Amino acid sequence: MSNFTDFFSFSDPNVRYVTAGAVLITASSALVGSFTFLNKKSLIGDAIAHAVLPGICLGFLLSGTKNPLYLIAGAFITGWLSLYAIQYIIAKSRIKEDTAIGLILSVFFGFGILLLTYIQKSGNANQSGLDHFIFGKAASLVGADLITFSIVSILLITFTLLFFKEFKLLVFDRNYAVALGLPVKRLELLLTSMIVLAVVVGIQAVGVVLMAAVLITPAAVARFWTNSIRIMFIIAALVGAFSGLAGAYISYTAPSMPTGPWIVIVVSTLALLSFMIAPKKGILNRYFKQRRFRRTIQDENVLKVLYQLGESSKNFFVQRYADEIIRKRSFDKKGLHRSIQRLCSQGYLEKIGKLCVLTQEGKTRAQRIVKIHRLWELYLTTHVHIAPDHVHEDADTIEHFLTPELEADLEQILNYPVVDPHKTKIPY
Amino acid sequence: MNDFWIILTGSLVAISCALLGCFLILRRMALVGDAISHAVLPGIVLAFLFSGSRDSLTMVIGAGLLGLITTFLIEFFHKKAKLQSDAAIGVTFTWLFAIGVVLISLFAGKVDLDQDCVLYGEIAYTPLDMIILEGGYLLAPKAIVVMSCVLISILLVIYFFYKELLVTSFDPGYATALGFSTAFWHYLLMGMVSATTVASFESVGAILVVALLIVPPATAYLLTDNFKRMLLISSGVGVVASASGYYLAVWMDGSIAAAIATMCGLLFALAFVFSPTHGILKRKLVRAIN
Repeated sequence: MSNFTDFFSFSDPNVRYVTAGAVLITASSALVGSFTFLNKKSLIGDAIAHAVLPGICLGFLLSGTKNPLYLIAGAFITGWLSLYAIQYIIAKSRIKEDTAIGLILSVFFGFGILLLTYIQKSGNANQSGLDHFIFGKAASLVGADLITFSIVSILLITFTLLFFKEFKLLVFDRNYAVALGLPVKRLELLLTSMIVLAVVVGIQAVGVVLMAAVLITPAAVARFWTNSIRIMFIIAALVGAFSGLAGAYISYTAPSMPTGPWIVIVVSTLALLSFMIAPKKGILNRYFKQRRFRRTIQDENVLKVLYQLGESSKNFFVQRYADEIIRKRSFDKKGLHRSIQRLCSQGYLEKIGKLCVLTQEGKTRAQRIVKIHRLWELYLTTHVHIAPDHVHEDADTIEHFLTPELEADLEQILNYPVVDPHKTKIPY
Repeated sequence: MNDFWIILTGSLVAISCALLGCFLILRRMALVGDAISHAVLPGIVLAFLFSGSRDSLTMVIGAGLLGLITTFLIEFFHKKAKLQSDAAIGVTFTWLFAIGVVLISLFAGKVDLDQDCVLYGEIAYTPLDMIILEGGYLLAPKAIVVMSCVLISILLVIYFFYKELLVTSFDPGYATALGFSTAFWHYLLMGMVSATTVASFESVGAILVVALLIVPPATAYLLTDNFKRMLLISSGVGVVASASGYYLAVWMDGSIAAAIATMCGLLFALAFVFSPTHGILKRKLVRAIN
């Protein structure tokens, strides 16, 4: 616990630098990354992260110093060049986007490593630390880094806020943005520059490989909790900031632990949780919703069978065994019993010993389903001109989903017909 | 002799990757290959922890499993959680790679692996690790034996199941109609990609495997419309890149694997400009004539 209070009192300047640096970079990258996520170009960030390496090495080779300004300028140029090359390859050849991204990413990175190993063996004493750009060095950030990080983060956040509406349009509907007369080319230039900038600074915290996660995983998390783009950006920034904070804290309590990977593990864990439990879009919710649908369909099918049996015996309220239902339509025995139990508790069926019988409500509901089924069959034959022997399956599905409004429309269009295409009476 | 062993190792890795890469880029799964090559890291570390050595077989199995898990997770997130596929790839491989790096730090004392090695390997050391027979005869570098086995397995699978692999890549719907299990061939291919990644990681590094998986097939794709020829050409490109990359690295005194990747890029650029069928020069000419 003392670790916890020590850390969050931020009395140690080193803790302050690392935490502030990590939080600033993760939060602002999350904002910029959200645009690439929405643009369905999530892996562009990965390509840029790999492609800045040769630029950093060239910056060092040409200037002979590790002045961050030269390195960042170099990184900026090759990062940019990689994006341009990807677009050029896609536009000018039959190579697809994914291949182009992988190709540029690996070739640029390979060239970068070649230069890096060349520099390392050339015996220049200045060179140590260049590989921070590959693996990140979040745990050893110092005051000077923090200044760079802050400036870049503030720039990124300001531009995101200033041009939010324009970027949003650009990402969702580029053609519409062109039609509105927005300076699309310049906006794209600005947005890609922001991405490159975020990557150039971010890889110093988490390294080349993990940069993609810092950019897009917060956006993926946020997307699962909201449909509003504003709220999505706010959530993404908060998730990014939280992962930065948590990563810094973990490597503070266990000094051998690298900060960057932990940032990514924290944000990925949030992502996995969101994929599972998010309301509406989560896997669990989808699963339960599907199960509910399946149960409703099965229950309604049971009611329908009882109704059809009632039609043939001219009495809807005959008590019947479960076996009679199965003889008419094959149900899984256990599933049928669960259906009968559910229907009893909802008041559509009544159970007397082993026998069950429709209640008045049950009969009404069953009759509606049978009616919709037959109306739909008739509609398909008369209005869509499908042969009568091909309409049953479709009607079997739609009968569970048709809304009362559509049901009324259907009755009107068909003018309350008496029989369906198979000459069976339609009950009203 | 060292030159020969190194170029031979590079060529074996390059051909194995090029053959599999042709199927990957046809399936538009180049980036899944990229993701797998990163995501096998935790598998390598765990295999190392369990077996306590760099014994190739456990590593190949560990990484092969991780590769399949990666493929499965990407599809699971895409299909079940409806996450867009590019993001599904990005989230999955970064997560697994981060776990791998943390595992390395956690067992730093026990695992003789480092990130450098995983990232760009050390092909220059392959001739040092010779398999020695009884009586002291040097057979061949271990990497060569391992990579030959990998290449032969790939060749056998492609030779015997060419039709299945081809049809499921080009037209999954038709393949299903013919009764082929698309899922089976999909996972088999991904399993082979993972196994190849690991077998090659000691020599070229997991990340530069990506270059060999994607770039030679992309180059061949610009030079021919015939898939069998594409397999041949991409293997040839891989071999040329390995040999020329080696000499480039010697000249610059840099990483051999990185130089091979650079040469792959250069060969691609040449094909991109000068390809007689799909090059941009040819396109310009056609437009000028019309």
